[in-house]
Amino acid sequence: MQKLRILLAASVASVALAGTPALAERGTDGDLKILFWQAVSTLNPYLSGGTKEVYSSSMVIEPLARYDETGTLVPMLAAEIPTVENGGVAADLKSITWKLKPDLKWSDGSAVTADDAVFTWKYCTAPDGGCAQAAYYEGVTNVEAVDASTIKVSFSEAKPYPYSAFVGAQSPIIQAAQFKDCMGAKAPECTSANFGPIGTGPFVVKEFKPNDVITFEANPNYRDPAKPAFATATLKGGGDAASAARAVLETGEFDYAWNMQVEPEILATMVAAGKGKLVTSFGTQVERIDVNAFAVDPSLGDKRSTKEAGPHPALSDPAVRKALSLAIDRDIIDEAGYGEAGQPTCNILPAPDIYKSTDVDWCLKQDIDAANKLLDDAGWAKGSDGVRAKDGVRLSFLFQTSTNSVRQASQALIKDMWAQIGVETELRNIAANVFFGGDPASPDTFQKFYADVQMYTNNFDGTDPEKYMAGWMCDKIPSPANGWQGENIVRYCNADYDKLVVELGKTAKLEERASIAKKLNDMLTNDVAQIPLIHRGSVSSHSVTLEGVRMNAWDSELWNVADWSRKK
Amino acid sequence: MFTYTLRRLLFAIPTLLIISFIIFALLDLAPSDPLSDLPLTIPPEVRAQIRDAMGLDQPFLIRYLKWLHQFFVNEPLNIFEQITGLTVGTGERMRVLSWATRSPVVDLIVQRLPQTLWVVGLSYLFGVLLAIPIGVVSAYKQYSIFDQIGTFVSMVGYSVPTFFTGVLLIVIFSSYLQWFPSIYDTNLVVRDWGSFLAQAKQMFLPVLVLTLYNTSQISRFVRSSMLDNLHQDYVRTARAKGVKEKVVLLVHVLRNSLIPVVTVIALGVPTIFSGAIITEQIFRVNGLGQLLITAIQGADIPLVQTLTFIFAFLIVLFNLIADVLYGILDPRIRYD
Repeated sequence: MQKLRILLAASVASVALAGTPALAERGTDGDLKILFWQAVSTLNPYLSGGTKEVYSSSMVIEPLARYDETGTLVPMLAAEIPTVENGGVAADLKSITWKLKPDLKWSDGSAVTADDAVFTWKYCTAPDGGCAQAAYYEGVTNVEAVDASTIKVSFSEAKPYPYSAFVGAQSPIIQAAQFKDCMGAKAPECTSANFGPIGTGPFVVKEFKPNDVITFEANPNYRDPAKPAFATATLKGGGDAASAARAVLETGEFDYAWNMQVEPEILATMVAAGKGKLVTSFGTQVERIDVNAFAVDPSLGDKRSTKEAGPHPALSDPAVRKALSLAIDRDIIDEAGYGEAGQPTCNILPAPDIYKSTDVDWCLKQDIDAANKLLDDAGWAKGSDGVRAKDGVRLSFLFQTSTNSVRQASQALIKDMWAQIGVETELRNIAANVFFGGDPASPDTFQKFYADVQMYTNNFDGTDPEKYMAGWMCDKIPSPANGWQGENIVRYCNADYDKLVVELGKTAKLEERASIAKKLNDMLTNDVAQIPLIHRGSVSSHSVTLEGVRMNAWDSELWNVADWSRKK
Repeated sequence: MFTYTLRRLLFAIPTLLIISFIIFALLDLAPSDPLSDLPLTIPPEVRAQIRDAMGLDQPFLIRYLKWLHQFFVNEPLNIFEQITGLTVGTGERMRVLSWATRSPVVDLIVQRLPQTLWVVGLSYLFGVLLAIPIGVVSAYKQYSIFDQIGTFVSMVGYSVPTFFTGVLLIVIFSSYLQWFPSIYDTNLVVRDWGSFLAQAKQMFLPVLVLTLYNTSQISRFVRSSMLDNLHQDYVRTARAKGVKEKVVLLVHVLRNSLIPVVTVIALGVPTIFSGAIITEQIFRVNGLGQLLITAIQGADIPLVQTLTFIFAFLIVLFNLIADVLYGILDPRIRYD
């Protein structure tokens, strides 16, 4: 009886809560047509870490909490965000306790319980499973169901930022009943579950054609009875970015297209057709030029680009590194290749706002004279061919990047800028699937870095930069000993930096964390560990008839697809 | 003829095995990596685990033998089970799984076949049907206006790449005139006249692009083969005997001219299955061509290996069919 009363009270409360904002009705706006030019391969983000899989699955399966477009955590399946203040995070920072919203149902009508979260953790950490999101459960020693709606996550050591497991589109909760026979090595064999996970999100998978098209229907058991406004959704894949932009902006065949990696002037002419608009959001992506700290001369053989090869004869000189950064006109590169989707930056940690440093903006403005003077003072004198040299070492660099028309154009611009300070550049581009492939046997990966400088984009997930900043520690340098794995691609090594990172790991207060992170960022820019170029945003496009899109770079772009509706 | 066919079929087995090994070795040596599409935010330890789960930690030869076993034993058994409803053994066996989708490769191929056969197959059929009359008339009225225009159009169709004609047609018919969709809907099921019209509309542009290309290619063959025969002595004899011009052309000359053309057409059939990679990509037909190219880009080796092997098999098969057809069409050719 007691139980029944609570149940009734809870359902009355939820009806009351949901009833107030219900202006529209579920399923009244017809079909929502979304276009991903890279087709979706599976709907299980634990089996494929690809962005397209993570985004598309976010329409179906949800985490406990996710980030909104400002990078703020918002509860999804959780009733509220646990903090130290509300007692959800233990005072010793070694555990976090989540409470589920009352009366949550899977799309098949069964109840969502804490056991599903426990199962999700076990699923992703099972041996031989090759779970792509295992990093989200790193440091988690146990996940337990305190009661049917309370989940306690324990950590091996104090975690100042405990929002990792079950937070964000990469770490959603899957249904234990559906995946119970798919643990570990059996995970890939559960094709029907991987292609049609049962979820709590606004949509249910009706049909999945891998690498082609997904058909969704509104979830009849979605917690807000008024949502989603669309009765069905179609997510088509394939083609290229430019034609995807055309389908939304010019022909109007689709409502939303993801990832408009298209030259700004082409997009501008398409937008002029008036059928759609672009939406941009800035996350943590930074296009950067890595400057190799170690010698890379091919005569060094297997030793090149490692500590054994010794410091780089030219690039180990701080004056040269600084001059290279000063000589670049970031505004021109931004204008030519990124347009709305980029902002010049000197920070390797450009966002969220509290972490954004403003102390290293010395490189924002191109200053050829200052760069020339730096090199002159350091003894690099121009030879008869216009290239500077010192003690027989010429400032002639091999500059590599992944094959991509924007990157090739930026490379050509930078080559020209560096020529103005007497630096000779040889350009090279490598197919992206080799460059980023990480095959230890290939000499062309960005981890091996068999070049003097290289350009690409990197970022971090979520809003906490601790792990990202730890990527510049001395022990993270890729080398043959660790199979060329490691995030410290630039081979930066500074004991003071390492100490500060350790301190960051022990600091819990947000303001203090921010000030340490800024210091770390400033160290990297002032030492020119690499040359940050452009803070890149994500650009997508949507039809003018589509309302409710809140472009989000911190989570799935489709994070609030439940709120999307057709303009009346 | 029968023993010849049998001999050729037996000879095809080692050929195909060698081909499969070469494909596997080439793919293994290629530097692309299945994890290259993943965001850089996924740490190296996790990448290593994913690699192990894909079986990449095993030596080359083991992986090849595993694929052979999965493809030649497990998959046929699976098809047998599906058709007959019987269960062989435990019914549980490892199928060839794609790395990107983690689903059976054969299922992917079956899913992609319809749109490829409709679009590429239809354009091949149209190409043949158009090419033969064009080739015949062009040859018979050599250097006439018809021949000149035909030559010009087929030269254009042959030399302008489909990624140009395809995008051009989209800009004209989809963006500007808005007559045809630029994106192919693989979910469309033809149920009534309305959906049939929609299907015809969405097939129109890709089929047009590919038909232009196929017609150009085959009509040139028909024309030159007709020209070779028109100047033969037997044609003059036939005319001297007073055979009607229509009969001379359509019975005597055309029949003889078609022998090499049939070979060319038969050898071209496997290309229908391999899809039209570029055209499928432009119109998002998402057939076998698109499947192959995404698999190559994503280094989805089991999928690339299986697809290319099936294409190799079809090429070997249609080579044999072309040779056999040759013998049937031309009584002078005997293999025994």
